[in-house]
Amino acid sequence: MKVLMFGWEFPPHISGGLGTACYGLIQGMNVHQQEVIFVVPKLWGDEEPVADFVNASGVTIDYREKRFKKLWKNLTYLEVNSFLVPYLGPKAFKKFTDYAIHDRTDVDESIFSTKYQFSGKYGKNLMEEVSRYALVGAQIARDRNDFDIIHAHDWLAYPAGIAAKEMSGKPLVVHVHATEYDRSGESVNFPVFEIERAGMHAADHVVAVSQLTKNICVRKYGIPPEKVTVLHNAVLDASIIKSSFQKKVPEKIVTFLGRITYQKGPEYFVEAAKKVIERDPNVRFVMAGSGDLLNKMVDRVAELRMGTKFHFTGFLKGDDVDHMYAISDVYVMPSVSEPFGIAPLEAVRHNTPVIISKQSGVAEVLHNAIKIDFWDVDAMADAIFGLLHYQGIARMFTELGADELKKLKWEHVAAKLVTVYEKILAQRA
Amino acid sequence: MRTVCFYFQVHQPYRLKPYRFFDIGEDHYYWNDYLNRNVIQKVAQKCYLPMNSLLLELIQRYDGRFKVAFSISGTFLDQMEAYAPDVLESFQRLVATGHVELLNETYSHSLAALKSKDEFFALVHKHQDQIKALFNGYSPKVFRNTELIYSDDIGAMVAELGYQGMLTEGAKHILGWKSPNYVYSNAKNPNLKVLLKNFRLSDDIAFRFGDNSWGDYPLTTDKFVNWLNALPKEEPVVNLFMDYETFGEHQWAETGIFDFMRHLPEAIFSQSNFTFSTPSEVVAALSPVSHIHVPTPISWADEERDLTAWLGNDMQDEAFDRLYELEKKIRKIKDPELLRDWGYLQTSDHFYYICTKFFSDGSVHEYFSPYDTPYDAFINYMNVLSDFILRVEAASTK
Repeated sequence: MKVLMFGWEFPPHISGGLGTACYGLIQGMNVHQQEVIFVVPKLWGDEEPVADFVNASGVTIDYREKRFKKLWKNLTYLEVNSFLVPYLGPKAFKKFTDYAIHDRTDVDESIFSTKYQFSGKYGKNLMEEVSRYALVGAQIARDRNDFDIIHAHDWLAYPAGIAAKEMSGKPLVVHVHATEYDRSGESVNFPVFEIERAGMHAADHVVAVSQLTKNICVRKYGIPPEKVTVLHNAVLDASIIKSSFQKKVPEKIVTFLGRITYQKGPEYFVEAAKKVIERDPNVRFVMAGSGDLLNKMVDRVAELRMGTKFHFTGFLKGDDVDHMYAISDVYVMPSVSEPFGIAPLEAVRHNTPVIISKQSGVAEVLHNAIKIDFWDVDAMADAIFGLLHYQGIARMFTELGADELKKLKWEHVAAKLVTVYEKILAQRA
Repeated sequence: MRTVCFYFQVHQPYRLKPYRFFDIGEDHYYWNDYLNRNVIQKVAQKCYLPMNSLLLELIQRYDGRFKVAFSISGTFLDQMEAYAPDVLESFQRLVATGHVELLNETYSHSLAALKSKDEFFALVHKHQDQIKALFNGYSPKVFRNTELIYSDDIGAMVAELGYQGMLTEGAKHILGWKSPNYVYSNAKNPNLKVLLKNFRLSDDIAFRFGDNSWGDYPLTTDKFVNWLNALPKEEPVVNLFMDYETFGEHQWAETGIFDFMRHLPEAIFSQSNFTFSTPSEVVAALSPVSHIHVPTPISWADEERDLTAWLGNDMQDEAFDRLYELEKKIRKIKDPELLRDWGYLQTSDHFYYICTKFFSDGSVHEYFSPYDTPYDAFINYMNVLSDFILRVEAASTK
């Protein structure tokens, strides 16, 4: 079987977990001798050659193709009506929208004659890139007929998947790694929600990374449950990491590592820290990462008068991430809504016991961890205190957690995915 | 007697280097030597050296009829010795003329007066020793507290230390209808005379001099002397208190600030009956007209003239309280490096950087801060303080 896959990023050029998951999935597919054509907005040249890569920036759109015009009409509608422009103030935003609405009459012509240079990032032209990427998807689907099924990862690639399906008539699978409800709670960005909804509805089948995510697809996007299959993520490397990095402070360390945003629930970690410190002053808490709630967390830590026991590291990269896991005695992931959440598995690899929220997909596969509701700061404090003081349970978690990790293999995920493909193709035949 | 009293504050903090969480427990050196040296050497070229030489020239030209006072913080004296010995020499030359008065303050430009009498006294004594050692046995008679912070209680402590006078801000909310151009006395101990900054005339020079959107721009010596002459005849003293970096650093040379100062004495001598005096001369010559009541501390900072530039938000209070919790343990420690860091960590600037009053005086704060945001400042300070606490605990259990 040959799969035409649309992604947005690929290692080593990644900014989140999406690229890593795609990489793992393709590795798994290779184990089962499944061929993958993998399209990304921008190829850098240093990607590991695990798939038949297509660089979207190198694809020329054939303007003679009449069907593109119809596609493009829908896409410009999407582009002009969405303005997904993160990190802009009101003034800059107005300038941007004025430009997009009044000065863009030329785009219709130019887009059909040139290649489009994608940044492949998540910048201010994101929506523009998403719609151009869809056109590229259509072009590829028209040009090559050597694939059996289309597979699109997350909303950025859904329009490309839909376009490819329309051009080729081949079945489409959309893979939900996260939804707008995870990222933004109830205050969803409507254009993004619209794309997600359109993608899930246009798809022949939906793959969700957890039961939690499947439930969201069903409840919030109106997808029938039988159309959604849960395929949990796996880990690329389940080996235990022995670090020689030593901590320099005498106290035990409890760590939060991730983006400091609404989705990750940092405020619950802060409140739980206060409760623990009141009972046991010989603990340090670390919040590693950055995000829009960082300053609010700093303020709260000061207000709770625990500034010498609660530390902020800023954004960590490279070895520092490993060092942070290595010196942690407990790792906490209090996410409010986490479709999967790979970080706790990294902690397990460092023999660090973990506490995860029940509102995370990883809780469905990792059994040797303490699971709490993200909002239950008393339970979180109890769990932290317990793991720090009762060595038996911490030891058990690290030993059994390591065994569990070994079972989470991408080849198993790929095998299940192939079954999903086969079922769809069988239904069509 | 009608007289003008100039006092200049000379201070630079020991700024912290970027100190990461991973450094806690391992790296015990906190100071950003590169930045601190650069600041001292840059400001030396723009301000300290040219202004010192101008003052020396004026003192010699008027044969001592022109005079000024300095308060030089201990952290600045330390940094001059380390990074700019030529600047230190030029200050020593000025003091040697006999027409430049030095004031005492806390050694590390600390806020200790608000927290601990013991620590406050210790830091004042340390500054006294330092001034004595560096300026040929000099012994100041008048005191200025960090950022002109003053209250009835602080004044009483300063009187207890034996000073005859103390400087502070002529804050509107404590003066009411009264004028800053008289000598007052401390409400608890009448032996301590209090000199109040005339903030309008001081800030005309320090803040507004180069501001071409100011209605009175440009400020000339003639204009300034006219303002002095327009003051009620019975008011005896005009206290012009300002940061020394006003000259050449806050107001660049291009604004003409050096020329203004070069010609000001001549204009005052020829067009008015004002003289120049140092704070101790004012204190000796004038009797207080009344007590001044300052139940809650005032300072010379921001529009509020209160403590909110350094204390008041949760981050500042947290940093401040955690630091002074260590005082008891510090008393038993002899390690000179720990004691040095204890002093430098008290410097008010660290708390100033954590100020979040963005909307009124935030721009001034930003100008002086090496950090992007007050949050960065807090995180960095707390990381350092966490390591310092570990060292203090280790040293006190030895």
